[in-house]
Amino acid sequence: MSTAREQIFAALRQGFRGRNEAAAKVGVDARLARRAPNLVPARAKPEQKRAAVAAFTAMAEEAAATVARVNTMIDVPGAVADYLRNHNLPMRAALAPDPLLDAARWERRKTLEVRKGRAEAFDEVGISLAYRGVAETGTLVMLSGENTPTTLNFLPETEIVILPADRVVGAYEEALAPLRSNSEDGSRHSLPRVVNFVTGPSRSADIEQALQLGAHGPRRLHIVIVDDAAGP
Amino acid sequence: MTEMSPLHFKENAIRALGDAELQRALGNMRQGFIEKRTKAAERLPEFDALRDKAKEIKDHVLAHLDLYLEAFEKNCVAGGGTVHWAKDSAQARDIVLNICRLVGAETVTKGKSMVGEEIEINPFLEANGIRPIETDLGEYIIQLRNEPPSHLIAPAIHVNKEQIADAFRQHHRDLSPERPLTDRAALLNEARRALRERFLEADVGITGANFLIAETGSTVIVTNEGNGDLTQTLPRIHIVLASIEKVVPNFDDAATLIRVLARSATGQEMSVYTTVSTGRKRPGDLDGPEQFHVVLIDNGRSKLIGTEFQEVLRCIRCGACLNHCPVYGSVGGHAYGSVYPGPIGKVLTPALQGLENARDLPNASTFCGRCEEVCPMRIPLPKMMRHWREQEYAKRMVAPRVRWALRLWALAARLPSLYHFGARLAAWWLYRRGKKGRGRLAKVPYGEGWTRFRDFPAPLGKTFQSQWRGPRRHRRPSP
Repeated sequence: MSTAREQIFAALRQGFRGRNEAAAKVGVDARLARRAPNLVPARAKPEQKRAAVAAFTAMAEEAAATVARVNTMIDVPGAVADYLRNHNLPMRAALAPDPLLDAARWERRKTLEVRKGRAEAFDEVGISLAYRGVAETGTLVMLSGENTPTTLNFLPETEIVILPADRVVGAYEEALAPLRSNSEDGSRHSLPRVVNFVTGPSRSADIEQALQLGAHGPRRLHIVIVDDAAGP
Repeated sequence: MTEMSPLHFKENAIRALGDAELQRALGNMRQGFIEKRTKAAERLPEFDALRDKAKEIKDHVLAHLDLYLEAFEKNCVAGGGTVHWAKDSAQARDIVLNICRLVGAETVTKGKSMVGEEIEINPFLEANGIRPIETDLGEYIIQLRNEPPSHLIAPAIHVNKEQIADAFRQHHRDLSPERPLTDRAALLNEARRALRERFLEADVGITGANFLIAETGSTVIVTNEGNGDLTQTLPRIHIVLASIEKVVPNFDDAATLIRVLARSATGQEMSVYTTVSTGRKRPGDLDGPEQFHVVLIDNGRSKLIGTEFQEVLRCIRCGACLNHCPVYGSVGGHAYGSVYPGPIGKVLTPALQGLENARDLPNASTFCGRCEEVCPMRIPLPKMMRHWREQEYAKRMVAPRVRWALRLWALAARLPSLYHFGARLAAWWLYRRGKKGRGRLAKVPYGEGWTRFRDFPAPLGKTFQSQWRGPRRHRRPSP
């Protein structure tokens, strides 16, 4: 007896009778290797970085995220503490153990208690680092990995994301391009286990079509854009 | 109670029209979805060009589906995933059960999956001692109410908040019966708390897939709640249920489809969470599942390739055709008695379950064409419903009286003079009869389906053709 896989392929090939197999194979291989966006909307092609950051901010706010802007990493803990205090939230957070975030010198901000690692069920605030921000729709691109665990994006009620301004790009394709294998430049990659595109805080309209924030994931999403993340 | 079979569409539809609660719930939809989609489409000048591109991508995939599935399998395995193939529902259910048994699973959390509904995974797991818990808020509500979803993306659209409160009181027995559950926020918070515990204790998480990416062997889910992500991040095992037509060549193609999906579905610029998953937890990762299984399910799709119904496989399940369908808007999703309601269901259900099991569905349309107009994938749904009607006629599945009427009509349509004579006769006769009822007729021969519920407006005595040929005083000057 043939396997399910064989049966499915036999049925498919029945439908493809008369197809030029050699040409089909060549076409598919070329398409798989191709690295070219199909059609990128004009709004996803901002002319300069400044316009990209402004567009990102406007779209993220439209999606019910809040955005703060600071100069360097040193300013980040203060911005985070301000946000938590203003929203009456606990001054305790799980923090992504990314080396870039170490430059923020969290230990100097005594009122804010951070624990490096993944988020646990009891964590009310999670702080992570974005891989990219996409101006097109105000979307954050978050990668799984030892420095940026995925649970930080979903378990806590409050999600705070640090986004260096030079990581803001126009389109989704641009955000993911460095992570994809590319036969032209000879690079070979495999994607991280998870790439999360995040646009605003969690929401649901499943009760009578009325939108409510905070369905299962974070109730609020706060983005801190750092203009000069490499600076002092 | 609504009969969950497409064979009972007519009875179900009549019952739905008289169901005041359902009508109230459906009223919420007419405004929300339609206006939001229009706004989102108008805001993106490239929207229609993106639809063309999206159609082209899926047409290319469907013409090479075998090759893209092979590529997906190879790359998924290379990324640390396991690929399973299921010809039908029974095989898919067995695959899922075996994975659950191997890890001794007791509870399974589930993200929203239409193919999961199609293979009826929940009752099967329950019968085998495993507790499946739906985590999408709408799916959770209808699971408590023991109902199937009535909409592709808003499964509990037919339910009102009072009914949700009743369901919660009945099932959340650990909470005080005195608690107020009058506002929507209280309902949401209660569901959030109840499901949080389930997320943390589940052994296996099952999600669907909006897309499969052949280039990287990745699966993609799109949600607003984040339930799918908690479902696939917290348990040790992640199982993805995906039908075979979900595959796209590469990430650029997925991005194009993502740009039309949310805008067509909810009118959002982008859904809150779009998640690309590739393989299992990596060395050093602090969270994520240890196993990543993808179950590729055929269940009747492969036999549509090369037929006049191939194009229906372009569908990305956005639900726009439901939201814009006057029939769906009047009777809701359950009346269809099939997993896929609305216009897409009228084409897909006969294809998957056989025309003889879904005869009424392709006929439940006035061919107003709104479904095709808003479909992001430009699926010619009315044309395909017509193909089913043709098959119904060819297979002698229509009643003899209807058959004869259609033959007579066909004869007249081929002989213009006969057609004009008949039309003149009918217009004159109806006009004469209508004079008594002040231009309205309470009864028309063979028109009981119409006149049982409303009057039939009588014609003015002349046919359109004869008026067209007559003097046209109000004719506009030609440009």
